[in-house]
Amino acid sequence: MSEPKILAFFCNWCTYTAADLAGTSRMKYAANVRVVRMMCSGRLDPQFVLQAFKEGADGVLIGGCHPNDCHYIEGNYKALRRMTLLKRMMESMGIEKARVRLEWISASEGLKLQEVVNEMTEQLKKLPPMSRMEPTQVAHP
Amino acid sequence: MRGNGDVRIGVYVCHCGSNIAATVDVEAVTRYAEELPNVALAREYKYMCSDPGQELIRKDIDENKLNRVIVAACSPLLHEHTFRHATEAAGLNAYYFQMVNIREHCSWVHDDRERATTKAKDLIRAATMRIVHHEALEPRKVAIRPEVLVVGGGVAGIQAALTLAAAGKHVYLVEKDATIGGHMAKFDKTFPTLDCSMCILAPKMTAVKASKNITLWTCSDVTRVEGYVGNFKVTVRRRPRYVIEDLCVGCSRCIDECLFKEGKFPDEWNLGLSKRKPVYIPFPQAVPPVALIDPAACIQLKTVKCKMTFVEACGERKAIDFDQKAEEKVIEVGAIIVATGFRAYDPTPLNRYGYGRLKDVYTALEVERLLNASGPTGGNLVRRSDNAKPKSVAILHCVGSRDENAHIYCSRVCCMYSLKLAHLIKEKTGAEVFNCYIDIRAFGKGYEEFYRRLMSEGVQFIRGKGAEVTDVAEELRERGKLVVSVEDTLLSRIRRIPVDMVVLAQALEAGADAAEVRRMFNISCSADGFFLEKHPKLAPVNTVADGVFLAGCCQGAKDIPDTVAQAGAAAGEALALIDAQFMMMEPNTASVTEDLCSGCRTCLPLCPYQAITRDEQKNKAVINEVLCKGCGTCVASCPSAAISQKLFTDAQIFSEIQGVMMHE
Ligand code: FES
Repeated sequence: MSEPKILAFFCNWCTYTAADLAGTSRMKYAANVRVVRMMCSGRLDPQFVLQAFKEGADGVLIGGCHPNDCHYIEGNYKALRRMTLLKRMMESMGIEKARVRLEWISASEGLKLQEVVNEMTEQLKKLPPMSRMEPTQVAHP
Repeated sequence: MRGNGDVRIGVYVCHCGSNIAATVDVEAVTRYAEELPNVALAREYKYMCSDPGQELIRKDIDENKLNRVIVAACSPLLHEHTFRHATEAAGLNAYYFQMVNIREHCSWVHDDRERATTKAKDLIRAATMRIVHHEALEPRKVAIRPEVLVVGGGVAGIQAALTLAAAGKHVYLVEKDATIGGHMAKFDKTFPTLDCSMCILAPKMTAVKASKNITLWTCSDVTRVEGYVGNFKVTVRRRPRYVIEDLCVGCSRCIDECLFKEGKFPDEWNLGLSKRKPVYIPFPQAVPPVALIDPAACIQLKTVKCKMTFVEACGERKAIDFDQKAEEKVIEVGAIIVATGFRAYDPTPLNRYGYGRLKDVYTALEVERLLNASGPTGGNLVRRSDNAKPKSVAILHCVGSRDENAHIYCSRVCCMYSLKLAHLIKEKTGAEVFNCYIDIRAFGKGYEEFYRRLMSEGVQFIRGKGAEVTDVAEELRERGKLVVSVEDTLLSRIRRIPVDMVVLAQALEAGADAAEVRRMFNISCSADGFFLEKHPKLAPVNTVADGVFLAGCCQGAKDIPDTVAQAGAAAGEALALIDAQFMMMEPNTASVTEDLCSGCRTCLPLCPYQAITRDEQKNKAVINEVLCKGCGTCVASCPSAAISQKLFTDAQIFSEIQGVMMHE
């Protein structure tokens, strides 16, 4: 298939910083990923993920601090809890669960970030192309 | 498309010299941005962060009536501040600015110019759609407490505390041991000047005690840190020392009269090379100069069956208190300096060196104590096995450092302290000294000169990492000796060197409790386990947690001059913070739109800061924006979409998603 598009939601304190570190260390990874910064993975509304798929994403990567390390104490646990519901919703919509991935990547783990992005890109290439409705204008709340 | 409606965006694409321009076609990106909806103009510039770069923004806001500014350059964590200031300087609200990261997240991590260029376009397009929904915001102004907490009383913590105290600030210095001084108090001499370590440290230690601006708590641990920059609430647990600090004068009479006539318990200060009594003062220059009782050793505390001669010895002072309990202190501070130091690497796992198995193999720190006049042997370097002076000593460099099996990093100080030990051993015993090294790293002021001096003193240098230490003799001359095998890479042959004593130049590693400390202060560790500074070059004492600074070896192995310099820097940063008295906080708090709130209470238990309460009468959630830290968890969980987070509103994020994914 053509190059899959990955939309990533990274928390400001760990994973976004890890991505910065990957940059300063000149670690090369697949150009398939686009990052949206949030303060914490706890800000992740499952709707963001569904919206991403609707707009053309082939995969969604969510990055937060390791358990016990969230800058806001436990936002990452909240994100984790929402994943269960999210995956159920995705399944009922016919989207493979493998298209969404939650990873704990700390500020020092530039290397892990590189590996996760590359691995996910490869995995998405193996999935059958996603069928989706034509993107429409969303009404914002 | 030129800005038509109310929104007029200026997009600035930075070359960053060639950092971005080498991989991203900046010109193409700029031309692309120019055509995007609501974009009034797009420009490229060599260095947007430079003064002329910022001036461009100011001028355009003024002359071209921009009301939104986007800079596509490096990470917002680096330069968001800079450009917000530039935006504000031209009279536009700072939050009408958005930064796009096309360096760390794009040009530096991708090779394919075409794909990197497309990605840069996608990211900028997303920003142009997001920024339409931006609104004018005011940063929150909060007061900063003037007190500072320094954690760790080694030379780093001492220096930081003294600097702050000299500036008239109140400092809480918390140390887990019974005295301050840290590792430096254990060293004999310091390289390359060979000053007596204690002689230069002790005046600083007493200055801490004498300063009325420093509250010193030894035998204490930080157990809880709440709050945030400017207003931390810290809980400190003071363990009992069973001696009332204010009453004890350190006369040592209790120690003399202790039931134990001789020391029986391993003396921590001498790394167990000597014995102490259950009641003891860590060392003569200890600060505070106060005795303490080891509850695991004291007969009275264990069985209540002591004859109490030592209590009598204290007499009218009544400084001994068996009922002392751990005490919790809660303090409020504006800034925190973490100076928790390092741990000396234990070479036991490196079985080939025989440490712990072969009696006359020592760690460098043990030898520091043996050489020291107040050490276990009164400064006589003698062997554990037979109390004899060694006639030959081998010092193995890089034990635990530059080693795939232990730590990959260089510990920076081992070369120099090995040279120092070589000098001192030679001076004290006249022994022949061999240094087995990979490289000599004599990087500091006067260090190379010291190395040369050692060479002229006749210390032997063998280029090669010590491979093994054994007591199995292969030849007559090896009988009764420790044999070091090493490949002499200058002679290209394996040598076996029989010696009487082996010193392992152990690595410096992160403290045993580094992971715990890191969590408590909400900071990060680098891959080597040491605490991570905010920026390796430009913010070397800052951390990701605002208001928490680093000093000394907890941030990475370093020598005393660097430690003291860094401690001064940390104190300076803390001072700059608290002296401002007020600080501006990112206005990214959440708030409830009353009309939309259904009163379902989903959000209430989710807030880690108890910032959400319920208005009983109206049956609506209410967010206290002073307590809110802006994580956005409640926003994401509200089924009615009644909660909104400034700077990260749903509309902003949805537009960003839409923009970044849109087909060209
Ligand atoms: S701040 Fe990283 S997950 Fe909460």
